[in-house]
Amino acid sequence: MSIDALAARLRAEMGPDQVLTDRQQLRTYECDGLAHYRVAPALVALPRTAGQVATVVRACADAKVPFVARGSGTGLSGGALPHADGVLIVTSQLREIVSLRPEDERAVVQPGVINLQVSVVSKEHGYYYAPDPSSQQICSIGGNVAENSGGAHCLKYGFTTNHVTGLEMVTPDGDLVRLGGAAPDTPGYDLLGAFVGSEGTLGVATEVTVKLTRLPETVRTLLAAFASTDQAGAATSAIIAAGVVPAAIEMMDALSIEAAEAAVHCGYPVGAGAVLIVELDGPVAEVAAQFDEVSRLCDENGAFETRVAADDEERQLIWRGRKSAFAAVGRISPDYIVQDGVIPRTALPEVLRRINEVASSHGVRVANVFHAGDGNLHPLVLFDSQVPGEEDRAETVSGAIIDLCIEYGGSITGEHGVGVDKARYMPRMFNDTDLDTMQLVRCAFDPDSLANPGKVFPTPRLCGERPGRRSGPHPSHEPGVAEIF
Amino acid sequence: MSVLDDLAVKAGDDDVVCGVPARFVAAPAGTEEAAALIAAARDLTVVIRGGGTKIHHGPPPRDLDLIIDTRRLAGVVEHAAGDLITVVRAGTPMAELHALPGQQLALDAPPTATAGGTVSANASGPRRLRYGTARDLLIGVTVVRPDGRIARAGGKVVKNVAGYDLGKLYTGAQGTLGLITECVFRLHPVPPATAFVRAAAPPTAVAKILAAQLAPSAVEINAGPGAATEIAVLVEGTEAGVRDRAAVLARLLDGEVSDVPPSWWDTPPWPPDGLGLKLTAVLSAVPALVEAATAAGATIRGSAATGVLHAGVPSPGRGGAAGGDDTADGAVTEPAAEMSRLVDTLRAAATRAGGHAVVLTAPDGVREGLDMWGPVPGLELMRRVKERFDPDRRFAPGRFVGGI
Repeated sequence: MSIDALAARLRAEMGPDQVLTDRQQLRTYECDGLAHYRVAPALVALPRTAGQVATVVRACADAKVPFVARGSGTGLSGGALPHADGVLIVTSQLREIVSLRPEDERAVVQPGVINLQVSVVSKEHGYYYAPDPSSQQICSIGGNVAENSGGAHCLKYGFTTNHVTGLEMVTPDGDLVRLGGAAPDTPGYDLLGAFVGSEGTLGVATEVTVKLTRLPETVRTLLAAFASTDQAGAATSAIIAAGVVPAAIEMMDALSIEAAEAAVHCGYPVGAGAVLIVELDGPVAEVAAQFDEVSRLCDENGAFETRVAADDEERQLIWRGRKSAFAAVGRISPDYIVQDGVIPRTALPEVLRRINEVASSHGVRVANVFHAGDGNLHPLVLFDSQVPGEEDRAETVSGAIIDLCIEYGGSITGEHGVGVDKARYMPRMFNDTDLDTMQLVRCAFDPDSLANPGKVFPTPRLCGERPGRRSGPHPSHEPGVAEIF
Repeated sequence: MSVLDDLAVKAGDDDVVCGVPARFVAAPAGTEEAAALIAAARDLTVVIRGGGTKIHHGPPPRDLDLIIDTRRLAGVVEHAAGDLITVVRAGTPMAELHALPGQQLALDAPPTATAGGTVSANASGPRRLRYGTARDLLIGVTVVRPDGRIARAGGKVVKNVAGYDLGKLYTGAQGTLGLITECVFRLHPVPPATAFVRAAAPPTAVAKILAAQLAPSAVEINAGPGAATEIAVLVEGTEAGVRDRAAVLARLLDGEVSDVPPSWWDTPPWPPDGLGLKLTAVLSAVPALVEAATAAGATIRGSAATGVLHAGVPSPGRGGAAGGDDTADGAVTEPAAEMSRLVDTLRAAATRAGGHAVVLTAPDGVREGLDMWGPVPGLELMRRVKERFDPDRRFAPGRFVGGI
């Protein structure tokens, strides 16, 4: 079936205004948050209901046309990069909070609902949605499910996968299926667990049941300034060794502090080689005792200034520098690559030294921002695309950082996903059998490899026969029938 | 067949799974050896056995040639205390993981249960409220697939989104997708102080506990026919914090602070030859489920603040539920039929509560006639996954949902 025929079918089954094929309109969707990959899709579908998502996927399955789901398009690994010959299914019109049940500690939301909105509507009941990616003001729950999004506070609270208990999804065949539910431990294989973080390669989520978390009685935030990242790293180790699990421990190095100052004037201590942001939350009695210990451990490890947020406003001020860090780097460099890798936290000082060695040997500057508590690095590799050779050197350094993560037993991605950007690194972390085993799951869900093909896995593999299922063309697509349009 | 000849021995009298005797038992000592064994056993049906604490859970296997005993696949490979992770072989007893120096795998399980078995059974206990379950704590896994190939997923860092999370697929798969040989777990510090608050209180009191911002690690309930319902709360943290929080909870529940848990804590509410179920519910429906189940004659224990309960009923004619509680009287003429009706009643109550009822164990002669797993959403996709991993249906055939 041609794209024209597919468009005609979808216009008839959904509505003419929900199908875009105009070249200019398609270009609006040609990239996600990783903007140097750009591909205009052949068709954009704008479903308004789960049934319409199923309609679109069913049509794609019948026509053997690949499809890519897209939420808010904030992803940083090109996971929602369209397929040139495929359909882009935009879920942002599915933005209803279906039910809010604080008495069950659950909310049921459509995939286009914005992450922060779940917390906003839950707050008056004393609850919030714990996963808090930096993009939470604009990113969608559906996208969070695809990417298994984390955030600064996942050190204590876990990731999206720990906060989703149920899904309604459209399989790559176009069937609506429920996985899990509102109650815990649904019997059977944990397909929900396999689906979350599968980056759109197993189907499209159309409804998500999430856990709501009771708001903590108190939150205390501390900013500690150190002469070096070594000292800040040592303080982090001391906090963890003391048995404290803070809600968040974030670190920024001198270059990222400089960028944040230039952008948002966050007023971090002058002369800091590194700052740590440590946040503790929980019962007042518990937090008070732990906070004293954290302050002491920062002092003992060389903090030359510590600030404690006295109220919400001061807490926002402390976080403003951290949360703006990615964008702020634009103030000190025309271009930059945001890297995302993970190392065992204890290797932090050594890996940072090696990142600096690699960077200086290539004449490239790297600003480091990271979730220090769990070893998730976000090096920002700076370059100027107007200077010949700089971009290549930055790419080299960025790739070398990922190699360091693998060398130290970490991961090529902690929260941004593999997408199109890191598929080539997967064989460095997993061998052929490991990848083949993941493909067994892929083939069970998507034997024709129509769901977001080309993402996550480096080389497309064929699934072989579909056991116990139809094979060959769908009966309605026998020669001639479908091509008459 | 040489690996098989080397490793497999004739099964003994105890090598029986739910009444089905095995022909052979083999205990590989490493991942490579296990892979060679499984590759050589390609014509045999297989059930995997760890400590055997839950081997009797679930339906009997349709067929059983070989039991793979994991207890030689034992030992902590690595404990990276600073990174709060451990790498362990699957046959490692949970007792070792509950007592790592200064740290713990915060997964409640009997001390003789193995790490791999606990993951495969998706077992959980009181502290799931704070720490989650195996799916939340398992960050990496090595498996031998039914075709004998070794595969890894996840890794050694907690934060990791590279590739599919196969650890979750193997968690609770009951050995139907192959053998787990190594697990990487996220650890937690051992809290400096703990306290229990115990009270005679109705299940509706759980909502009060959750509304208070006291962050309990466990909220357990014990209820039985004709007995007063008890609630016990575990508080963990700093000395000062625990003292204050426990005192507030004791006032809230009109209960007492204790250093030790009640005798029923984390113990199943069924006798060894009884009927045991796992019931789940959405939180607001827990009181109704407890009421319905106890009215039907079951003793209920479990995590009232997460909605995961266990129900126990003694074998018909034996009298006396676990823990010496009374049970519903009544002459029993057809035990199997009566237990089947009881399962239906409990399953209907769990369904009304938004959850499920899974029969974990049942007396011999009763088990065979029960639909132990009950209806499961997404079964067609599950069959397709099984088909890809184990097309010959050799691993634990018939023991899982929908006859998988």
